[in-house]
Amino acid sequence: MTTEARVEEVNAMNEPSPSGEKVIARKHYGRWITAVLIFALAAVIVRQFATADIDWGIIPDYLTSEAILKGLWGTIWLTVLAMVVGIVVGTAVAVMGLSDNIVLRSAASFYLWFFRGIPALVQLLIWFNIALVIKDVNLPPLYEGTTNDLVTPLIAAVLGLGLSEGASMGEIVRSGILSVDPGQAQAAKALGFTQGQTMRRVILPQAMRVIVPPTGNEIINMTKYTSLAFAVSYSELLSSATGIYSMNFKVVELLFTITIWYLALTTVLMFVQSRIERRLARSRGTEKKSRNRSLSRGRRTKGVPA
Amino acid sequence: MSALVQVTGVRKSYGAHEVLAGIDLTVEKGNVLCIIGPSGSGKSTLLRCLNHLEKIDAGRIEVCGELIGYERHHGHLREMREKDVARQRRKVGMVFQNFNLFAHRTVLENVVEAPVRVKGEPRDEVTARAVELLDRVGLGHRQHAYPSQLSGGQQQRVAIARALAMRPELMLFDEPTSALDPELVSEVLAVMKDLAVSGMTMVVVTHEIGFAREVADELVFMDGGVIVESGPPAEVIANPTHARTQEFLGRVL
Ligand SMILES: Nc1ncnc2c1ncn2[C@@H]1O[C@H](COP(=O)(O)OP(=O)(O)OP(=O)(O)O)[C@@H](O)[C@H]1O
Ligand SMILES: [Mg+2]
Repeated sequence: MTTEARVEEVNAMNEPSPSGEKVIARKHYGRWITAVLIFALAAVIVRQFATADIDWGIIPDYLTSEAILKGLWGTIWLTVLAMVVGIVVGTAVAVMGLSDNIVLRSAASFYLWFFRGIPALVQLLIWFNIALVIKDVNLPPLYEGTTNDLVTPLIAAVLGLGLSEGASMGEIVRSGILSVDPGQAQAAKALGFTQGQTMRRVILPQAMRVIVPPTGNEIINMTKYTSLAFAVSYSELLSSATGIYSMNFKVVELLFTITIWYLALTTVLMFVQSRIERRLARSRGTEKKSRNRSLSRGRRTKGVPA
Repeated sequence: MSALVQVTGVRKSYGAHEVLAGIDLTVEKGNVLCIIGPSGSGKSTLLRCLNHLEKIDAGRIEVCGELIGYERHHGHLREMREKDVARQRRKVGMVFQNFNLFAHRTVLENVVEAPVRVKGEPRDEVTARAVELLDRVGLGHRQHAYPSQLSGGQQQRVAIARALAMRPELMLFDEPTSALDPELVSEVLAVMKDLAVSGMTMVVVTHEIGFAREVADELVFMDGGVIVESGPPAEVIANPTHARTQEFLGRVL
């Protein structure tokens, strides 16, 4: 390309649009159409429910009724316990899965395979009914008397939900641990940290940034999964609702009532989660930059192109 | 006999690849040994064997007269328990190419952590010592910064202070300036030189020939898992006797 040609091209780029035409916004007809369609759909649904045979008036009363509040407490308590079991078991499984010891590693992968493969509801029922089976079979006196006390609906629910959760949390913790630069463990070892200290004091704290966000999702999901404990007659929101509607037949009203509570719980959790994630993202921003820098420099000296 | 480090016939393979093919090495107390050599010659591996970050297949490593990583058991050598290896590592400090400061801890916490957790020393005592050490490496004013807020040179100086806080008998450096921008190299070398002058026993893998010539008591040239040539640095650098040493020095000088 000659110099003149290049100059001409640059001039052309800097010129105002030919004949100074006005720029107008494109009309988004598609948006109008979808708005109308969605509005119409919503109107149909609202009309259906408004004219339906629903006793709206009783919902606020049931929302704060003793039975429902007891169920709400049961849901929250079960969520907490099952998540504690899930996080503890998941961390153990993840650490075992990354250990040098082949026996521990195999045990961890067996756990993952086993508990990831069984539906939570089936597991709940197994735990709940194992008590009955053990009692029927009449095992040695040590078990006989205590079986019923041991596997209460709460314990069956915590075991069933918590052990399944342990498998999911195991994967999450594992990816968190793997996200930490191996140099961190090297440095800790060189300073004389034992493996346990290295894990607790150096690796896990840094793995948190990767572990925390998906754990938030797990907690939100667990809040909903606790409704499965209804099947083992544990007292939570759903069983409270069914208990009431089996007597007064206000089935949909009561399901709506607990729907409001589930939405309230998950809304609060989502809010907390987004706050935590925003904070993590902020701290991650500064650290990631510097680590990438040092890593790429390290590589550069080894002669690998950056 | 005052040898602080005694390496005898050390061999190590990764699969069929023999990375260390019989290494003999002695470092007297208070001396500085510099190791140079081409990439892949086994320098890092050797250094990592000195604090048992790597197992060895044959030979013996003694630091302060103590067999490292292994114990005698019915006439054989058997790998120590992890706890005992950790105890041995307390007296060997190590500084890495990529600093490896604990990213979730401040500068001061990085330095304080190991003496408190590993040796169980009282925190306030260690903190006072850590502040002194940070002053010594010129970072007393950055105690509360996080590693990510420091330049590479500053991070490496903190890493040196962190290792020194354990009061090691021996310091290992694996290419401590290779990840640094050129203008930051000298501040780290100055700290290391200061440390050498103060009488610390040091083994330094480096490509800084100038530093080796000035500070080292002995210079070792490694290639293909063996020590090809060693001696006083001025001599090795000025009159290398082996063709491989000549070729390598010709490339880096
Ligand atoms: N964990 C490992 N598994 C298999 N091979 C390895 C491992 N670590 C190192 N090696 C190999 O051992 C050889 C020596 O590696 P080492 O890191 O000791 O070299 P070096 O002299 O430090 O090189 P550089 O100057 O690149 O750091 C290399 O060929 C490397 O590929
Ligand atoms: Mg190396």
